[in-house]
Amino acid sequence: MFRFRDKEMADKIVQKLREMDLQITLMHVCGTHQDTLVRHGLQPLLEDVGVDIRQGPGCPVCVTTAKEIEESIALAKAGKTITVFGDMIKVPGVEESLSDAKTEGHDVRIVYGVNDAVDLADKISNEVVFIGVGFETTTPSIAVAVSRRPPKNFSLLSCHRVIPPALKAIVEMGEVRLDGLIEPGHVSTIIGSRPYEFLSEEHGIPQVIAGFEPLDLLMGVYMLAKQKEEGNARVDIEYRRVVKPEGNPTAIKVMDEVFDPADVKWRGFPTIPASGLVLSDAYQEYDARQRFEDDLAELEGKEFKEPKGCRCGEVLRGVIRSEECPLFAKTCTPTNPIGPCMVSAEGSCSILYKYSKHAEAK
Amino acid sequence: MCLAIPAKVLEISGDVATVDFGGIKKEVDVSLTDAVVGQYVIVHAGFAIQVLDEEEARETLALFDQILGGNVA
Repeated sequence: MFRFRDKEMADKIVQKLREMDLQITLMHVCGTHQDTLVRHGLQPLLEDVGVDIRQGPGCPVCVTTAKEIEESIALAKAGKTITVFGDMIKVPGVEESLSDAKTEGHDVRIVYGVNDAVDLADKISNEVVFIGVGFETTTPSIAVAVSRRPPKNFSLLSCHRVIPPALKAIVEMGEVRLDGLIEPGHVSTIIGSRPYEFLSEEHGIPQVIAGFEPLDLLMGVYMLAKQKEEGNARVDIEYRRVVKPEGNPTAIKVMDEVFDPADVKWRGFPTIPASGLVLSDAYQEYDARQRFEDDLAELEGKEFKEPKGCRCGEVLRGVIRSEECPLFAKTCTPTNPIGPCMVSAEGSCSILYKYSKHAEAK
Repeated sequence: MCLAIPAKVLEISGDVATVDFGGIKKEVDVSLTDAVVGQYVIVHAGFAIQVLDEEEARETLALFDQILGGNVA
């Protein structure tokens, strides 16, 4: 129906970019953008016309901290039924993953969405803990489920995070000189374009909210290059068929009702102010951290070191590319991942591995 | 996990809609949208998060075409 993969048009955009004689570095923060860039071979095409695109912290599973993984494992071992998105299950904690805990006989179940976890809590008497991982795309669904007052044996271990504070952190850390930001299409479907405006206004960074087809991304890059050429810095929306400037007000409202902002750590980052979400006062009874405080007590104050040699942190800050990590495709592979960037379908390492010669050789 | 894909709404009953992902039918929660039967919605983790605006999609392609001076839309 829609022709967002038109080859002829893609060639024209690349030609336009070539004529602009660019030397720019951009960042996106979305695993699905990374998938499009790698799967459709856009990265080398863009590099050839002077556009270097880095994936920042746009992978909810990857930025989940080792402590949060350990909390999930501790609750599984304490006899709770753990419900979790499939992407999380193989992420290594300090010594093991949720998948290992499942192999040991603990009750860990993969769900497609939060409603599956609520339905399960309806059917069984055991405590059902949903490991809430995800950015603003995912969080409204969890907020809706909690606002409906699920059964008393349901609880949420919130590992939810929001994107704009992380972008602010990236820009202020200044490790990578960024000429523009490609904002995530589906996070923006919820929050709209306004929460990004401060980055253009205060830091002079051009931004575009792009969709996920090859033409969306190529056009997004072109729109950023155009802004830069013309000396502009604003938030353009390329993905207009889905993203409105005001976002999805119903989703924003329910998120605001159910969650409060909190200062949290992201893997590879120091604590980022107001970048996490905890249940608001009205929904505290569903907070797994409060309900199972005793089971989690031993994790308090512990230091959780990153796996030895793993450079996920630098990959998530856009400082290095996956292939620059010495472990990539050597000791760290999807079947034996060292860090989360090789586990999640949105992780830069797993995406590169999947579409590269390593995958073919398997 | 921010992967979200379009599906056509076939039937709505309260907060739940039956949608069609190109031949595969599934039930999704549509309480976050004002979707009506016949529209396309963007679905993520069992929830429709927005209605896809077909008119905007056509306009975007027309705009690309105009910018690039081609004839694609």
